[in-house]
Amino acid sequence: MSTPPEQGEFYQRDRRWHPPALSQDYKTSVTRAPQYPLISLENTASEITGPAFGHNDIAATDNDLLTNFAQPGESPIGERIIVHGRVLDENARPVPNTLVEIWQANASGRYRHKKDTYLGALDANFGGCGRTLTDENGCYHFRTVKPGAYPWRNRVNDWRPAHIHVSVFGTGFAQRLITQLYFEGDPLVARCPIVNTIPDPEAVEMLIARLDMNATIPLDTIAYRFDIVLRGRRSTLFENRLEGN
Amino acid sequence: MRQRFDYLKETPSQTAGPYVHIGLAPGAAGFRIYDQELGWDIASPNAEGERIRVEGMVIDGTGLPVKDVLLEVWQANANGVYAHPEDGGAVEDGFRGWGRVISDFETGEWGFGTVKPGPVKGRGGQMMAPHINLWIVARGINVGLNTRVYFEDEAEANATDPVLNVIEWERRRATLIARRSERDGLAIYRFDIRLQGDDETVFFDI
Repeated sequence: MSTPPEQGEFYQRDRRWHPPALSQDYKTSVTRAPQYPLISLENTASEITGPAFGHNDIAATDNDLLTNFAQPGESPIGERIIVHGRVLDENARPVPNTLVEIWQANASGRYRHKKDTYLGALDANFGGCGRTLTDENGCYHFRTVKPGAYPWRNRVNDWRPAHIHVSVFGTGFAQRLITQLYFEGDPLVARCPIVNTIPDPEAVEMLIARLDMNATIPLDTIAYRFDIVLRGRRSTLFENRLEGN
Repeated sequence: MRQRFDYLKETPSQTAGPYVHIGLAPGAAGFRIYDQELGWDIASPNAEGERIRVEGMVIDGTGLPVKDVLLEVWQANANGVYAHPEDGGAVEDGFRGWGRVISDFETGEWGFGTVKPGPVKGRGGQMMAPHINLWIVARGINVGLNTRVYFEDEAEANATDPVLNVIEWERRRATLIARRSERDGLAIYRFDIRLQGDDETVFFDI
């Protein structure tokens, strides 16, 4: 069955599925959350279009965090993992050729950032960022080390679960999304005030990457699967006067 | 039988956190890793139109600048065309229309050079006043905030802009208008963003 191209508006974002702007237990949000309601806009070209990236923008090796900052012949310390998955929209259609960017701490939970002063040691062979384009089926993959948990000044004994930050574009600016990937079985996930900004446990489940033994490379690298869903678009069953005439 | 839908739910958002620069602007985090960072070329030197600079601060609910913010820019070219296949027209070589800027760690000031966008066709064929779309992420912001920069010297177009006019609270429209000045012959538009409190900037659910 062939499906018509989707050119309509994006489905409305479900703001009760996403975290609210204000969540008391994530303290920084208290002074950075707007108090007035968002003004809802019907889509125009400003929201439906968005930047496109190509293979000239990035290097083919940018998705390999085991080598993209390491000295030749050396390797970062930590659990070698593959993170892979698909980028789909809410209609379960793949989102091809879209930019996926990640960043993370090293195996000690230390970030390569001049503002990070945690005692955990830096790794001379680990930068902690990567980027790639999805293929024609919406698939992406990275190779990296599993990040460590780290403490942060929220309550005095708060620790972030191991996580990788993920940024995705999609085809329209309205799909722009930044989120965090967590790891299956991590006992810190349920205790984290940032995770718990998300009200629905089913929504939290979407952020937990699953151990994927079938994608693991024996004697080499273990694998996690993380699919990402961006907003879907209406197929224009009836004229919706988007462009008008 | 209960009818079932097979839609997926959107992946929920999480804050970009304090170290967003590592992934999206590693040079600012303090290390060099990529041959080219993305987002420093909104409008290359051969893009048509008036060269402008937009600058400002993001200010929190206590009145202090947010020093770990990252903004992304999406705009049409001087002819009002987006660099995207669905927008029909062609844009000149080197016009990307997208960019990424971060605030200074010490002062919270951010700014970017670009060209002033042209008016864009809105819904029902009605023209929208020239504007730049912004997306703002930072520690403490759970879902990226969308807003628009309009221009003080486009008062006539702003008065009929369909998006500005959707804001029922007329006084709040002014929070989206950047103030124009000149510095060394370059047009500067000042656009401070207030996340919370008096004169809170209008944010959109797009």
